[in-house]
Amino acid sequence: MAIVKTERHADMPPPVTQTGVIGWMRENLFSSPLNIILTLVSIYVAWAAISSIVSYAFINANFAGETRADCTGSGACWVFIKARFGQIMYGFYPVEERWRVDVGVILAAIGLFLILSDVVKEKKWPAAYMFVFVPIACFFLFSGGYFGLETVETSQWGGLFLTLVLASVSIFVALPLGIVLALGRRSTMPVVRMLCVGFIELIRGVPLITVLFMASVMLPLFLPEGVNFDKLLRALVGMSLFSAAYMAEVVRGGLQAIGKGQTEAASSLGLGYWQSMGLIVLPQALKISIPSIVNTFIGLFKDTTLVLIIGLLDLLSIVKAGTTDKEWVGMATEGYVFVAAVFWVFCFSMSRYSVWLENKLHTGHKR
Amino acid sequence: MSEAAKKNTQEDVAIQIIGMHKWYGEFHVLKDINLTVERGEKIVVCGPSGSGKSTMIRCINRLEEHQQGQIIVDGIELTNDVKKIDEIRREVGMVFQHFNLFPHLTVLENCTLAPIWVRKTPKAEAEAVAMKFLERVKIPEQAKKYPGQLSGGQQQRVAIARSLCMNPRIMLFDEPTSALDPEMISEVLDTMISLAEEGMTMICVTHEMGFAKTVADRVLFMDAGEIIEQAPPQEFFENPQSERTQLFLSQILHNA
Repeated sequence: MAIVKTERHADMPPPVTQTGVIGWMRENLFSSPLNIILTLVSIYVAWAAISSIVSYAFINANFAGETRADCTGSGACWVFIKARFGQIMYGFYPVEERWRVDVGVILAAIGLFLILSDVVKEKKWPAAYMFVFVPIACFFLFSGGYFGLETVETSQWGGLFLTLVLASVSIFVALPLGIVLALGRRSTMPVVRMLCVGFIELIRGVPLITVLFMASVMLPLFLPEGVNFDKLLRALVGMSLFSAAYMAEVVRGGLQAIGKGQTEAASSLGLGYWQSMGLIVLPQALKISIPSIVNTFIGLFKDTTLVLIIGLLDLLSIVKAGTTDKEWVGMATEGYVFVAAVFWVFCFSMSRYSVWLENKLHTGHKR
Repeated sequence: MSEAAKKNTQEDVAIQIIGMHKWYGEFHVLKDINLTVERGEKIVVCGPSGSGKSTMIRCINRLEEHQQGQIIVDGIELTNDVKKIDEIRREVGMVFQHFNLFPHLTVLENCTLAPIWVRKTPKAEAEAVAMKFLERVKIPEQAKKYPGQLSGGQQQRVAIARSLCMNPRIMLFDEPTSALDPEMISEVLDTMISLAEEGMTMICVTHEMGFAKTVADRVLFMDAGEIIEQAPPQEFFENPQSERTQLFLSQILHNA
């Protein structure tokens, strides 16, 4: 006998346990005895950690004052950071010239905002501004020597400013260079491929410290008498090449994930190699590599602290140097906590941005 | 080749394959392929899987390289000359089994990309042309969506529209309905039939025998890298000559 359904079932709202706050809590936090215990223990651990951090950093901390003598509380003494704030930000950059750094950073921040945010849709001009105007303007602003600006030697650069210069230059060089290396490694031309593989494997096989050390100590020994590159420039080249090798492998992973069908479709439409890479393959490959790319950027940002090995005074080194001051004995904890907090703010922002970007670029082919 | 024959080639013959061989490493995939396709002719290629059907049509726009023999498309011989390969690819559209739409671009962008970048058509004009073809394949309302939001049948129709936007003179179909759910096959086949009715030169690798019967001028049967038999559909289905063809037809018609 045939069974035929004559009436259609109406749509109904989902059960209450799946929607309201109470339903959610019952479902996720208190569903079983073990779950209840875990929830309570977690709440206690979180409370203990947060309350001790808050009391160390805020409630029992000293904010007012000028000298070591004002550090009276049992918590942190932020007076130390306050007293040395200028140095921590700018290093030994002359005080009356520090506005140049501020202007450069503001110019770059505007560019970053235009490029990274959603405010401007057409990216041609922001890109030109960010990748051509800002680097040139910053170069002249920071090092001076032209347009009546006083020359500031790179040995005077330091603090957060130097850290940002190191990180941003390395990032801006590493990404395009990494893409080129990744494409080269997948090239059908044996010579190109071998060069890229050789470079990547060589650089990836040695620690960053060695690269920096080579760049700053060994390189001058091989150069003819009188030829002398700037120490910062050498560190920048070392860091950029190092991170480009890592970036190349990250991008290659993304390229690997794009099916052959995409390039075949592009070819069959008459697109050439560069068009097919630039318009079809790379946009997709880079999109799926965003988490790994940002991961590499974050690693690179923190690796800039290694320049202390070759005597550059970045954020970490300058704070470290400050803690050895005999006027400020015992301030190491405050110094390192502050440095950690600054690094965390930058790295966490990068991480959040990557999440936002992933969601924005999500075009519904993911399930 | 005499002057007269050469002229004839260029005017009436769309594709000419002469004594073509291809190997994958040691494996001889295509053996002595000879095929002449006239302008406006519709050819259906069938045969068991692994017989080299796809490889053969992929040689025609150089997605695969042949090692011996000649392939002449639209009067241009395929060699390693990149310029000629690009020239041929612009004239030859291809539709793939798995659609191969660009998932990061909207349907409209998928269709306008090649005209804008390869033919240097102004954006507005390319979009107008694309909309015309999307209407032809009956999905203009999906233009702003991404391929991932469309059904398989719709995606394949977008893929056909994308090829048509380049104004090809020859269309290659590589098992265009094999990856589709049964209920979506007919919408794609209808699109292909209407294209055939307009006089497009087509080579279709497909197992849709109904399509072959209605549309094809000639059906080719391939097995183990060789063209075993070619005949007009009626003859091919009612009176197949070779034993291999008879076996193949009895298998697929029995299942269908």
